Amino acid sequence: MITKMSITNIHVIDQDSAYDFYVNKLGFKVVDDIPMGPDTRWLTVSPPEQPDLQLVLFPVKVSKMFPKEVAENLIDLIKKGIFGCGVLTCNDIFATYEELKSKGVEFIKAPTKEFYGTEALFKDDSGNYFSLQPINNFGNENDI
Amino acid sequence: MIAAEQYPKVYLYRRIVQAKLFIDNNYADKINLNNISDEAYFSKFHFIRLFKSIYGKSPHQYLKYVRIEKAKELLKNKVSVSEVCFLVGFDSISSFSGLFSKVVGESPSLYLANHQETKKRISQEPLAFVPGCYAYQHGWLENSNFEEVDE
Repeated sequence: MITKMSITNIHVIDQDSAYDFYVNKLGFKVVDDIPMGPDTRWLTVSPPEQPDLQLVLFPVKVSKMFPKEVAENLIDLIKKGIFGCGVLTCNDIFATYEELKSKGVEFIKAPTKEFYGTEALFKDDSGNYFSLQPINNFGNENDI
Repeated sequence: MIAAEQYPKVYLYRRIVQAKLFIDNNYADKINLNNISDEAYFSKFHFIRLFKSIYGKSPHQYLKYVRIEKAKELLKNKVSVSEVCFLVGFDSISSFSGLFSKVVGESPSLYLANHQETKKRISQEPLAFVPGCYAYQHGWLENSNFEEVDE
């Protein structure tokens, strides 16, 4: 029986810049930062109140895994903002919006009331977008 | 565009957020939470209630939380316990050590030692700390034949 998701990927363009964005702007915690060869790190972060979910800040660059054409196409798509990485939950969406904006996070949509609840959209430093929603949108405040 | 009634108290949010960022930036100093509430809102009681509803902790609890989190970071980077104590704004090692042990579940010195041990193990065998599938795909494993499988 599968019980949980423990690790998932966010494809990023620059690991150093992604580190700054996720740690210093979003306030995520670094779990692993292990050098793997000359210019690659195994870098994972967790949302502040969810230490058992690790997000791998996975650099897209020409390597064994990404042949040149694949890497170039993928970087192009990430920069265009094609990839959404999911929904992030906060206590208070207006306060979180103000805080992230004051730290220079780029929002594509300010907090707006939708039929499913209030939602804002922002981009990470690579171009991946996230939906920001308050806990009560999904009625899961007991999980926090 | 957001309708005015959906976003009526933007100035209030800004004040609370400013107070939170003030704590984030000045946790190492002897900051006075009374001043923060004076600047952020008219009534201290109302300010604390709003802060708590937004951040889930009172300003004082939040300040302690930030200090312990920073202490963990510094200890991981091998800064000595006495240095960490003062770098995160505590007056005495015993009060720092007591709070740290209570929150983290182990003393600062044990936390530091455990992290040095983990670091040593990571430098000796980094691959043991990375999920095999990732190591395999990246070609970090000696017998990786990702390319061959791909063809």
